Amino acid sequence: MAGFVRLIGVTKRFGDVTAVNNLNYEIGKGECFSMLGPSGCGKTTTLRMVAGFEDLTEGEVWVGDQLFSSPAKNHYTPPEKRNFGMVFQAFAVWPHLSVYENVAFPLRIRKLSESEIDQRTMDALKATNLVAAKDQSPDYLSGGGKQRVALARALAINPDVMLLDEPLSSLDPHLREEMRFEIKDLQMKYGFSIIYVTHDQSEAMALSDRILVMKLGVVQQIDTPLNIYNNPANKFVFSFIGLSNFLAVNQDGSSAQLPGGVALPAGVTVPDRLAGESVVSWASRPSEIDFLPADDPTGLHGVVNRKAFLGEIIDYQIQVGEQTLRVQKGRRDPGPEPGENCALRFLRPFWYKEDE
Amino acid sequence: MNTKSSFGVAQIILFLSIAILVVVVAFPVLLILFNAFWVEDHFNFSGAIEILKEPETFKALINSLIIAGMSTIGSTIVGTFFAWLVTRTDMPHKRFMKSMFLVPFMLPSFIGAMAWKMLLSPNAGFINRFFMDNLGFDGPIFNLYSYYGISAVEVMYLFPFVFIQVCGALERMDPTLEESARISGAGLFTITRKITIPLVLPSILSGALLIMLYSMAHFGTVAVLGIENGIYNIPVLIYERIHQSGGSFESIRTGTVLATVLVISAACIIWAQRKILGSGHYQIIGGKSFRPMELKLRGLKYPLMFFCFAYIAFTIVLPTVVIFLVGGLSTYGLSFTPENLSLDNFKFILFEYDVTRDAIFNSVTLGLTAAIITMFAGVMISYVIVKMDVKGKGILEFLGMLPFSVPGSVIALGVILAWSGQFGINLYNTVWIILVAYIARYMAFSLKANSAALEQVHDSLVEASRACGATMWQSLKDIVLPLVKPGMFAAFFLIFLPSLRELTVSIMLYAPTTRTIGVAIYTLNEDGETVISCALAAIALIIIIVGQTVINHFTKKESE
Repeated sequence: MAGFVRLIGVTKRFGDVTAVNNLNYEIGKGECFSMLGPSGCGKTTTLRMVAGFEDLTEGEVWVGDQLFSSPAKNHYTPPEKRNFGMVFQAFAVWPHLSVYENVAFPLRIRKLSESEIDQRTMDALKATNLVAAKDQSPDYLSGGGKQRVALARALAINPDVMLLDEPLSSLDPHLREEMRFEIKDLQMKYGFSIIYVTHDQSEAMALSDRILVMKLGVVQQIDTPLNIYNNPANKFVFSFIGLSNFLAVNQDGSSAQLPGGVALPAGVTVPDRLAGESVVSWASRPSEIDFLPADDPTGLHGVVNRKAFLGEIIDYQIQVGEQTLRVQKGRRDPGPEPGENCALRFLRPFWYKEDE
Repeated sequence: MNTKSSFGVAQIILFLSIAILVVVVAFPVLLILFNAFWVEDHFNFSGAIEILKEPETFKALINSLIIAGMSTIGSTIVGTFFAWLVTRTDMPHKRFMKSMFLVPFMLPSFIGAMAWKMLLSPNAGFINRFFMDNLGFDGPIFNLYSYYGISAVEVMYLFPFVFIQVCGALERMDPTLEESARISGAGLFTITRKITIPLVLPSILSGALLIMLYSMAHFGTVAVLGIENGIYNIPVLIYERIHQSGGSFESIRTGTVLATVLVISAACIIWAQRKILGSGHYQIIGGKSFRPMELKLRGLKYPLMFFCFAYIAFTIVLPTVVIFLVGGLSTYGLSFTPENLSLDNFKFILFEYDVTRDAIFNSVTLGLTAAIITMFAGVMISYVIVKMDVKGKGILEFLGMLPFSVPGSVIALGVILAWSGQFGINLYNTVWIILVAYIARYMAFSLKANSAALEQVHDSLVEASRACGATMWQSLKDIVLPLVKPGMFAAFFLIFLPSLRELTVSIMLYAPTTRTIGVAIYTLNEDGETVISCALAAIALIIIIVGQTVINHFTKKESE
């Protein structure tokens, strides 16, 4: 997957605030690439710089062998010349035009022949199941329907790159899952690259070939969904993907213990790379913790605070010294009861710096 | 038991509200319709038509349509263009210009008309004279006493109606609606033409209809500028008939028929406006708010900026300056040299001349009284319309719409019919008749401001207070009233300031000792007392501008 869309040293500053800091990545042809992060992390600003709605402070944006933005070379291609498809969070379909005219709009701008406009519009409407609604105003459609119109409009020009800016977050949860797969199917069929911005990690995991995790304008990790989940680069990525527990561990020279005088279990040591830190973070996922017999010396010792039955799973809150952590087990596994002592084993623990 | 007692309260409030609207607004309007069609104990529709066919009345009708039509088209183009410039382009000094474009809202248009008369009257206007004396022109460069002249002056003062509506729509519009057109390949001019303008069209039309409504019923500009060439519209003809004939039967009847035409056209306009706002108002308000994109004007940037500054200087600053300068002259016609200018006129009208002193006193007391009464009546009536669910509310909703659609001269005529003694009370030739008319005229403003404030107060707030043990009255006093206070303040100033410069209503109702500021300026100007009338106009402008600045200051604090 050679780089088709290339961002080189892309930086955006608003006054003193650096919204996006030195972003470098390449996206292959036909790849689905997600930018994931909490609101305000710079992901939407990045997408808008790719689209051409925001100027870059530094860096370059390339698609194929075309340079689109480069303040250093004083080059800027306006959005209408970039030939992208784009879908916005708030749908942005035009209420004064019918569904058909919404989709035909980009084709009319390109001054195609009437027969070609009709054919490509109908193709896009068929692909998005909108043929029946083509003469309505999109105002009468549901949120999902409006977003399909926006997708069809973006598809009509058969773009190489599709930019999706939180396209599903205005939809109901069940619709969101459905549309996710519709987008994926359309990509399979048309073969465009996707740059997808979202704050919803499950959406990013389900759709993407690769995910970029961003925090305060700085890239934290770029990898496949599996690697991001299995090998989070730092505490922030670990916490942003899936459920997470973090236990602070105090280090004093060679000895380490948890706040409240709880000793580390036998055989567990802080990795050497963190030797200089006074406080480190011991990370685990609630679903990857086993209960051991309460007196097992290789387990971390705690007391069950609360036990909640959630259907398929049982959710425990365990008090470990001054800290708490969550454990989730299948409903068939017998576990300790509230008030009882217990011992825990982390199946795949990670160690991070406290302040990452 | 509790529900029963609050039911009683509701009935009292409802009854009072209906009574106020019936006595103040509905009854006078009904009297107009009655007098227009009921002659000598029988219904006479063709008689009314006959009156409209008379050359003079027919002319007034046509003139009203021509002037309103031209003013509406002109104002809509000017207002939309400036709104687009200050919200959607990268023109420098946009914020300053936006506030300047709203200034004509404050300025009374008949004072503007007086200023323009001094600047552009065919033979004596300063500008026309300048061109004829210094640049060798044979005749005036522009004849102000024409349909074009009158409409042009109206446009200068009416375009903010469209401007403010379109600015609001453009600012609230979801920018991604335009961005998605851009990413589809459309250039900025195509987007403006195919996406932006169609989406704000309902706001444009609604502003245009407001202007139409206002211009049809507008007295001042036409009265000041039309008289020389015999151009008059419906309100001017009503005024002249009533004024000249001293209230004879024939003149009253002509007046009522003309007023009926005004009421019907106003009703049609209001209906059309509601229809447009109801059906065509798109949901274009966005979620995420990015700065909307700005059209880069490039080469046009500075020419357009200079054009805007020139427009502001020419239509807003110049007339105001002329009013102040002429107000300082000892005799009209002298040149504006330091030795000819003084503050003597201002001293004279403020401290010595009883006509102007009375006028200022009358306007201020009338404005204050009308504003206070209308503010409280408005909050009560709005409360019934917005919040209460009682039988008979439908009547009130209909009555509440009436003040919006009844033009000033109609109210004045109706008030004459109702309060001149036929029904036991004779207020004619007293200030009270003007007060009654002001209350009727400004009720619409109060209803609008108060219902907007009340709609913000969710029912659950009162329910929560009732659940805490408060009675209906306590909830109203402790919860609702404090929350609608800003709306009440707004209503007060929306009434007090315009009433200081009111002309259309007072001109029909004044007696020698009950002149208002507007009437005094107008009549002094008609009598040829140009410098005195300009000095009074200048003082009125100062009061209005100071008042508006104070309000802006307070409302800004409130919203912060």
